[in-house]
Amino acid sequence: MAAALSPPLIRSAALAAVVAALLALPLMGVRLVDSSSGLSLAGRPDLVAWAAGGVFCGRLLIDLFRRWIADFSIRLPLPPPPPDWTRFAVGWGLALFALVLPFLPFADRNLVDKATMVLIYIMLGWGLNIVVGLAGLLDLGFVAFYAVGAYSYALLSLTFGLSFWVCLPLAGLFAAVFGIALGFPVLRLRGDYLAIVTLGFGEIIRIVLQNWQDLTGGPIGISGIERPSLFGLSFKAVPPEGQTSFAEFFGLDYSADHRVIFLYFLILILALATNLFTLRIRRLPVGRAWEALREDEIACRSLGINPTTIKLSAFALGAMFAGFAGSFFATRQGFISPESFTFIESAMILAIVVLGGMGSQIGIVLAALLLVGLPEWFRDLQMYRMLAFGAAMVLIMLWKPSGLLSSRAPTIRLGGRA
Amino acid sequence: MLRVEGLYSGYGRIEALHGIDIDVREGEIVALIGANGAGKTTLLMTICGNPRASAGRVTLAGEDITGLPTHLIARRGLAHSPEGRRIFPRMSVLENLRMGASIADPRHFKDDLDRVLGLFPRLGERLDQRGGTLSGGEQQMLAIGRALMSRPRLLLLDEPSLGLAPLVVRQIFEIIATINREQGVTVLLVEQNAFHALSLAHRAHVMVTGRIALSGSGAELLNNPEIRAHYLDGGAGGGAVSTS
Repeated sequence: MAAALSPPLIRSAALAAVVAALLALPLMGVRLVDSSSGLSLAGRPDLVAWAAGGVFCGRLLIDLFRRWIADFSIRLPLPPPPPDWTRFAVGWGLALFALVLPFLPFADRNLVDKATMVLIYIMLGWGLNIVVGLAGLLDLGFVAFYAVGAYSYALLSLTFGLSFWVCLPLAGLFAAVFGIALGFPVLRLRGDYLAIVTLGFGEIIRIVLQNWQDLTGGPIGISGIERPSLFGLSFKAVPPEGQTSFAEFFGLDYSADHRVIFLYFLILILALATNLFTLRIRRLPVGRAWEALREDEIACRSLGINPTTIKLSAFALGAMFAGFAGSFFATRQGFISPESFTFIESAMILAIVVLGGMGSQIGIVLAALLLVGLPEWFRDLQMYRMLAFGAAMVLIMLWKPSGLLSSRAPTIRLGGRA
Repeated sequence: MLRVEGLYSGYGRIEALHGIDIDVREGEIVALIGANGAGKTTLLMTICGNPRASAGRVTLAGEDITGLPTHLIARRGLAHSPEGRRIFPRMSVLENLRMGASIADPRHFKDDLDRVLGLFPRLGERLDQRGGTLSGGEQQMLAIGRALMSRPRLLLLDEPSLGLAPLVVRQIFEIIATINREQGVTVLLVEQNAFHALSLAHRAHVMVTGRIALSGSGAELLNNPEIRAHYLDGGAGGGAVSTS
């Protein structure tokens, strides 16, 4: 190993250490101290030295590790790609686990609640995957459609007294219309330019929600949103006049857990429906055209494919699923405000899709578990929580630069041709 | 089948075609040869509607297709295998071929697939392989095969020999001849490889800086001393790309 410590390695590690030191100098290097003459600044050179030293060693280790991996993989033949049934088995295994999760002995209310949150992000990730992963249209404003779905449900339910089950398709429809509204002006844009416009679109929606006080309540948001019921069975401790509660109907003692578990299954079903839809549509001409469009738009045109309809359908369908997820979010929280729909949410959903491997359905599940779950598990680390989260993301990108699951299964095989 | 009359076209303010007249008759192979930058690819692209013609007319089987969007032109039976192959690299060979049949009747898919795999048995061995992992020659076969999946009446081929080994070039040109002879597909071929293109074509046009400089039968042009000097010297027989 000592022979491998060549000058270029040392140089790159030293460079990284210098950058780290420069960054650490203002961030960690000075501290306000209370002294007799008021506040004064005190230097903390030891922390800066630790940061620079840590980065130097870390960079060196990563480079050495990479070199070792490279040496190693040259000697080994390429591993065969995993057979199709593993993908299948992992998918069904995860789905079964999700089905029984609330009944497992260690599943308390808190865990089911967290799992519900993870499932919302999985569903959003699957929705965005249609736009970004399959059609290759980089969308930084996806949260706008989530917001449209949430506000559609809240307003429809409060204004017209419609039930969740009536509002859900309507919310999806509204979000899809907004998806097309975004799609039209950006038809000719690609890559960076598209990303900027979608980013702006997301902000426009949020700012409109914040300022259209009469309709949306502005920054105060909307509260008292109707909770969903199961075929008319309420989950409230005291059901409203003329309704039966879930607990009464099944002869159970009332427990607040019932609603938590019900909401969990509701989002599980919505998410699985999203997944089934995507898996199915990938095998249909329109889904295959999304992927072909991602690969090469000019070739698509010369094969007689109209890029306009293909792009708009991707925007509309992706937005529709965000709309469903949004109305679920509204009914779960009972309260929404523009604060829940900031850019950081879009970034989070995009990070899930990219980290999952752009296009892989199971990859998105794993990435959502990591990105939403990790910060929760790291809660014990207290102030180091986000540091650990950042380190985890860096490690994933080092280990799997093209996402957790980046292999792609063909949508047709010879046996199934027709 | 295809008639181009007085066609002007270009990119932005730069005009690349200054009044082109050519026609392609049913069942023919017509070659367009010329140096880099002569406007050969621009002519094919303009026929396909991108960029749009600034003046002139393109008719396909009597129907005016000038100014139609590319995908509608493709649906009228004109298949274009663009420059640089442009296969879908992350999709499998079979998926690429299936994409080629997007506008065809799905009931014909199996027949069309068998027909294309008959022409390119190599593709049949690699159906589940990703397009991007094929060799250059195989990718070119895939690009032509994909264009044929829609049962086109007219096939536009843009530099099928680009970057291929001489042996593979010969193979590709043999297949183009087969497609034309046995399947009755009319072909308009753009090539820098003048020797192969002229030996194959019934008729050919030579393009120089956006104009047709010379036209004639393939054999005539092959024996024309001026053409020999400009496009064929050093290129004959070996399949190497000639320069001018």
